[in-house]
This record gives sequence, C-alpha cells and structure tokens, in this order.
Amino acid sequence: MKAESRLAPPATRRGAGLRFLLVLMAVAAVYGASAAATEFHPVVVVRDADVFVQLLGEMWPDNRERWVFLLTDFLPRLKVPFIQTLQIAILGTLAGAVLAVPFVVLASNNLTRNPVVYAAAKALMNLLRTVPELLYASIFVAAVGFGPFPGVLALTVFSMAIVAKLTSESVEAVDPGPLEALEAAGATRAQVIAYAVVPQVLPLFVSYVLYVFEINVRVSTVLGLVGAGGIGQQLQLMLSLFQYENAFIIILATFVLVAAIDYASARVRARLV
Amino acid sequence: MGRSHGSGLGRLRAVLYRVLLLAVCGWAVAWAASGIRVDADRIARGLPAIGRILKLMFPLQVGPESAPWLAVAAAGAAGVTALEAARRRRWPVLGTVLLGVVVLYAVADREWLGPAVLATGQSLAIALMGTTVGALLALPLGFWAARNMVVYGVVAALARQLLNAVRTFPEIILAVFFVAAYGPGPLAGVMAVGLHSIGMLAKLYADVIENIDRGPIEALTAAGASPLETVWFAVIPQVLPEFIASALYRFEINMRSATTLGLVGAGGVGVILLQALSFRRWPVVGTALLVIVLTVTAIDSASAWLRRRII
Repeated sequence: MKAESRLAPPATRRGAGLRFLLVLMAVAAVYGASAAATEFHPVVVVRDADVFVQLLGEMWPDNRERWVFLLTDFLPRLKVPFIQTLQIAILGTLAGAVLAVPFVVLASNNLTRNPVVYAAAKALMNLLRTVPELLYASIFVAAVGFGPFPGVLALTVFSMAIVAKLTSESVEAVDPGPLEALEAAGATRAQVIAYAVVPQVLPLFVSYVLYVFEINVRVSTVLGLVGAGGIGQQLQLMLSLFQYENAFIIILATFVLVAAIDYASARVRARLV
Repeated sequence: MGRSHGSGLGRLRAVLYRVLLLAVCGWAVAWAASGIRVDADRIARGLPAIGRILKLMFPLQVGPESAPWLAVAAAGAAGVTALEAARRRRWPVLGTVLLGVVVLYAVADREWLGPAVLATGQSLAIALMGTTVGALLALPLGFWAARNMVVYGVVAALARQLLNAVRTFPEIILAVFFVAAYGPGPLAGVMAVGLHSIGMLAKLYADVIENIDRGPIEALTAAGASPLETVWFAVIPQVLPEFIASALYRFEINMRSATTLGLVGAGGVGVILLQALSFRRWPVVGTALLVIVLTVTAIDSASAWLRRRII
C-alpha cells in the first residue's frame, strides 16, 4: 500500500505528460495544416497590412466639400435601394414564418406521433439551416435571374428553417396538461392545436419571427454582393469603381438602419415574452 | 403581469398595443409586397425553375448494377440511425455519417467530389485560423472594454465604441477589402473572419468579465497581489470556460461564413460554387452543397458537444 502510493504519482504524471504532449502535437499539426491551406504567414500578414489600412483610410472623406456632397447629394439617392433592402427582409421573414407553420406541427414530437415523419421534418429543418443565406441567394440568382426576387427566396428558406426549429422546440416544451385534457375530451387534432398549443406558443413564435427579422435585415444589406438586390448592389458597384468614400457612406447608413431596427425589435420582443 | 391585471385601463392599453402592432405589421407587409412586386406570374415561373434545377443538382448517378448494393447500404444506414435514435442518443452520429456516405455515393458528381471536399477543407482551415487569431487578439480588447477592469469608465466606453465600429462591417465586406489588399485567396478570408471575430468576441468577453464575482479579486488585492497576479489568479479562472465556449460558438458561425467568402474571391468552397454557378454546372453545385451540409453538421455537433463539456 505504502509502496504503491509512493510509486503511483510519478507513473500517472508521466502518463499525463505523454497525453499532454500528444494533444499538443495534434493541435500543432492541425494548425500547421490550416496555416498551409490558407497561405497564412505572419510576416506576409504584417507586411501587406498597410494596403488594407490605406484602403480604410481612403474611405474617410478628407475635405468639407466631399462630406457635403456625400451627405446632401449621394445619401438621398440611396433611399430607393435601402427601401428595397427593408422590403426584401420583410417579405422573406413573412413568407418564412408562414411556411414554417406546417413544419412546426410536423417537427414537434407531441403533435406528430409518427416517428418517421417527425424525424424527417426535424432533419429537413436542420439540413436547410446549415447552408448560409448568401449561398442560397447566389444559387437562386443563377436559377431565377438577378434582382430582389432571389433575395426574398433565399431569406424565405433560411427563415423558415430557423423559425420552425425554434418554435417546434417551444411546442415540445409546452405544458402537456391542456393537451391531454382536450384529447381526453375527444377534441380533434386541429382543436388541440388551436386551444392548447397556440395560446401557449404564440408570443414565443412572434418573438422568434422578430429575431429572424433582425437577422434578415443584416443579411439583406449584403445580398446585393451576389446580385440579389438591395443596397448591397450599390455597395458592390462603389467598391468595384474604387469609390471608397461612397462605400463608406453606404456602410455607415446601413449601420444606422440595422441599429435602429435592432433597437425597435428588441423593445417589442421584451414586451412580448 | 401584475400591471395588466390591475386595472381595466391597463388591459385596454395592452389590447391597443397589440392592435397597433398588428396594423403596423400589416402595413409593412403590404408596403414591401408593393415594392418588390412579387406577382403570381414571377412565382409561377420561378418555382418550377428551382424544382428543375434541384433535379439537375442531385442526379441519381447509380447504374442498374450498383442499385441493389446501394439500396442495401441505405437500408443499413437508416437502420443504424433508427437504432441509435431508439437508444435515445442525442445525436445518431454513426448513422448520420453512414447516411451521408450513401447519399454522397448516390448523387455526388464523382469528378468534382474530391475538389469540393478539399475546398471545404480550406473553408474549415479559414474558419479555424480566423477564429483562433480573433479569439486571441480579442483577449486584451475584452479586458480593455470591461468597465470593472479599467480605472476610468471613459476608457472602457472608448474601447466599446471601437468594437462597435469593427462590427459595423459585415464579414463579406471586410473580405472584399482584404482581397484588394492581399490579393484573391484564402489569406484574405482568414483576415476577414479574424477581424470580424475580434469585434464580436471582445464584446462578449467584456460582458463576461463585467459579470464576475468580485470576492476573489478583493481577497487577492487585500493580500497584496499585483494587478497582473490578480487578473491571472482571480479573473482568468472565472472567465476562461465562457471565453472558450463563445469562441467555439463563433467558430460554428465562422465555418458557415467561410463557405460564402469565396463568392468574393476570398478562398474556400465558395470559389468552386461561384465558378460552377456562372457556368450553370448544377451537378457540381449540388455536390459542393452536399459536402457543405455534411461538414457544417459534423462541426456543429462536435462543437456543441465540446461546449457542453466545458460549461
């Protein structure tokens, strides 16, 4: 016993040391491979950083006339693309929320008893969520042509998946009492949903939709980079014409819009839940 | 709750608020629909086009001789998934992997599967490098932006404004700038992901630091520890798990955006997608999408598992 306790600590320490060394080597290998795959080299990063800093510097309008021109002449012309951006976000959110409703029913285990249908609906929502909105947008642009329509489609698919996932999780967490009471009283499934589930879940559903709307406003400002309409198209144009001051005004205005919508949406959500 | 129960006036206000909210929403939708002009005609022509393209993207490339084998493999994979699900495993990992392999074998474009996997690996490397660089550089900024870590509140407020300014730029816009600075390639992607992650993570770090328990700090200060010792022994142990968890969560998000950065020339699988889309090579698009879906799913579950172990 005594000999054992004297021997044990060094042995475990050596084992732990070996494990630590192996983990360290594995981490080093992963990072080495990643650095090679991304051509990441600290010297290059620092050496060429001045070009990036210079580009950022070029975004700042350096005299008063430029500022006056940008704010009084250029900014008002952005009104139409900004309106389009908001409209894309609103329509995408609405269509996604409406299309999510049937999937909420199918992907909740207390409303859908058939395990195959339930698993398939859950899996579909998870699959749709793994593809970023910008990829959807670029695919839809190639499929149906340039403009805001593919942007709305991209937001619709993504919003549907998020709203359905979040809401179905809330539906699965509802108080089962009212459900069982209605079922015992012989209510149909539609009646159970209408009287036992909807009243409990509706505020959460609305707050998820608002949350997705916030995300969609953010995304809709860059959809234009892949040709899916909105202010991003102007931004893309200004960047490709090297008009960095104009691009800066667009980014600034976008920030104000996003911040205002986040604020309003957060206030409404705080009252809901 | 108590407020609305109290008086009829409160209830009236709540009802009015809802009616107003509904009216605003209804007006906003009507306004948006009138602006985009999503007429029935456009939808009627657009949706079938997407259906046709889906068929082109995922063609069943299985000859009659391999079809029975594939059916057996698919049934086996589905069986394993069902078995794992029946045992109430949180994620049917093995079954999902098997199903993924079967699906890839059945519908992936054989010629482009290898390049798509390599390019997705590059996206993964971009996300990993970017998140790591961002998470490390965010550390000093996080402490700087935490109100309880600096002597003057103004200094912290300044840092928070700086972080707000960084977060103003969406990742994809940063990528455009870095492509201009470093040339097209994955390095631009790493820099975009890294810079954006600094802005996001430093803010989260600062929030975590502001909510720590002050007890250990006061104890160490009373015992005569230097500021550096106080941070190392009283702050770091409290915040490290949450720091790592937020960095992991950021890694999941960055993996998704690393797949899109190629659309502006910043490396990764987006480059393949961009080329395939511009030549309308739908099978290649489908294959790349499949690889993305499988990779992102795998990373999400691995990261979620790690996060649950840490916190």
